[in-house]
Amino acid sequence: MPVSLRSAAALLMALVAVTSCKKKPETTPAPVPVAPPVRTPGPNQDSIAAERAKEAARAAAAAAEEARRNAAALAETRNTLMQVIYFDYDKDEIRDDQRVALDAKVPILTANPNVRIRIAGHTDSRGSDEYNLALGQRRSASAKRYLVSRGIADGRIDVVSFGKERPLAPGENEEAWAKNRRDEFEIVAGGENLRVPK
Amino acid sequence: MKLALTAIAGLAAALVICQCGVPARAGAQDTTKAQGVRIGLTYTQGTKPGVLITPIAGANADSVREILARDLDFGDRVNPIKPDGGSPPTGPLNYPLYAQLGALAVVQATLTAVGSLHVAVHDVGATRVMNVFDIALPNPPLGPEWRMALHGASDEVERVITEQRGIAQTRIAFERAGSLWTVDSDGANAHLLPGTQAGLSPAWHPSGRYIAFCLLANDGQFIVLRDLVAGTSRRIPGHGASSNTPAFSPDGTTLVFSSGSDGFDIFSVSPFGKEAPQRLTVGRGSVINQQPSFSPDGRRVAFQSDRSGHAEVYIMDADGSNADLLTTSLVGEQPYRSNPDWSPDGRKVAFQSQINGMFQIMTINPRDRSVTALTSEGRNEDPSWAPDGRHLAFTSTRSGSQQLWVLDAESGRVRQLTRGEKARMSAWSPRLAAAR
Repeated sequence: MPVSLRSAAALLMALVAVTSCKKKPETTPAPVPVAPPVRTPGPNQDSIAAERAKEAARAAAAAAEEARRNAAALAETRNTLMQVIYFDYDKDEIRDDQRVALDAKVPILTANPNVRIRIAGHTDSRGSDEYNLALGQRRSASAKRYLVSRGIADGRIDVVSFGKERPLAPGENEEAWAKNRRDEFEIVAGGENLRVPK
Repeated sequence: MKLALTAIAGLAAALVICQCGVPARAGAQDTTKAQGVRIGLTYTQGTKPGVLITPIAGANADSVREILARDLDFGDRVNPIKPDGGSPPTGPLNYPLYAQLGALAVVQATLTAVGSLHVAVHDVGATRVMNVFDIALPNPPLGPEWRMALHGASDEVERVITEQRGIAQTRIAFERAGSLWTVDSDGANAHLLPGTQAGLSPAWHPSGRYIAFCLLANDGQFIVLRDLVAGTSRRIPGHGASSNTPAFSPDGTTLVFSSGSDGFDIFSVSPFGKEAPQRLTVGRGSVINQQPSFSPDGRRVAFQSDRSGHAEVYIMDADGSNADLLTTSLVGEQPYRSNPDWSPDGRKVAFQSQINGMFQIMTINPRDRSVTALTSEGRNEDPSWAPDGRHLAFTSTRSGSQQLWVLDAESGRVRQLTRGEKARMSAWSPRLAAAR
């Protein structure tokens, strides 16, 4: 036990010597050779490497965090662009509570002049199949008109209708109907280079 | 002869009543061609004469007899009698015996050695042969064309007896699982039409050779003209992002459809030409005009429009002028009427009307605007007249799933036409030639 205590004390001293050496050499080079250092190269260099690795990891983490934030922002942008809007029964007017979702698409489309979108109008299951094809078309045209009125070029927006052919929610009740009366937004070109608006 | 003349007088009276606005009653249809002396069977109008089909010998004879009897039954103009057992009659018929069985007419069919069907139709009361004809039965036996040829024999029997050709030799086009299908009028031979994927709203050309339909593509809707014989398709140029609901004029030279990007108008085009479509309706804003249907004389078009704020049925001249509201709201009805289909005899426009949140099939007389409700059970929509102007195919949920049904508008009798996967958007074909 006393032996190991002694060697531990020596190690400690050596460590202190090394660390103090490390700080000085640049400014005051030692004129007289100091006593040969204790040969403990392992822990010494490992600690430097560990420090460097930590630094790299921190940088990588920061970069990853940055990338993650960017990806999240991009995903958020994409989601905002594709966010569905909803309509009242047999209506194609943009509801007041749906304007926010449409307004949010404007800066994205402005920041991405190469992006083209397609708006697909859908209806609930009431009404005739064929009337609903036309009603869905009117709903997509209505959203397009709104975006164009806010400065988005007419030619960048395609409109299409699926009537009641592709319901989101099954069932014959108001909850399902409300979910199905909608415009869906799809990026048809330029989506791979989508940029987050400033 | 006296009896027949009396019947005609009664029919004439019925006709007058019809024009006064009372809903058409049984027998009214039969008057259209009954001018002068009848050459058909003499029987009381409004009743269904008993028609006995004698046993037949030979391969598939039971099927032949069964199909003939069922066709006559589905025609709703005669009452087929098909006694079990027995053997084919030989020699002169024992007319008094058939009279005792309730038959006013006897259908005596024989399968010939050359693969045709020889048919003799007897007038039991007059104890004479009314008509004799032969029908070729294409191979293979029991195949689709064999069946269609046999349906033609049924229709001819019905014409000989009632002076009205039957509708057995027809098919009904419809939508199922994202494609168009056809089914024979008796519910047999349901099959997918190749080249019609993503098709909706089929419409028959009066030749029976072409079907126009709406193609629901990812980038818009287009009218496609499908040649059923050549197996080729052609897109009809539209006007705007979306075109739907095609219909042919009775002479087949004009195709009308709805087209637009926001508001929808009805356009007219030659189905086989290259001219740009002509606009018929003059839409304002986002008004939807669609679902056109020609009158049988080709001079007028019924269509659906929401120009008043909700969907109603209108009538206009074929050039788009003189548009006039046809349907009006009845007490207790929600304002939504659509899918007009003008009957082949011109007397009625069938449509669907929303009552208590459910669609029901109705007819309206374009002359006096009298309305008759035809359905009440389940959700019923998209009526399509048969060529006889008395039967309608339509979509109904009454069996629990959406299927096609056939309704006799005169007797109210209904039968289920399709089974299996969901079916909708029926379009009844014109009378079809056997060899197709």
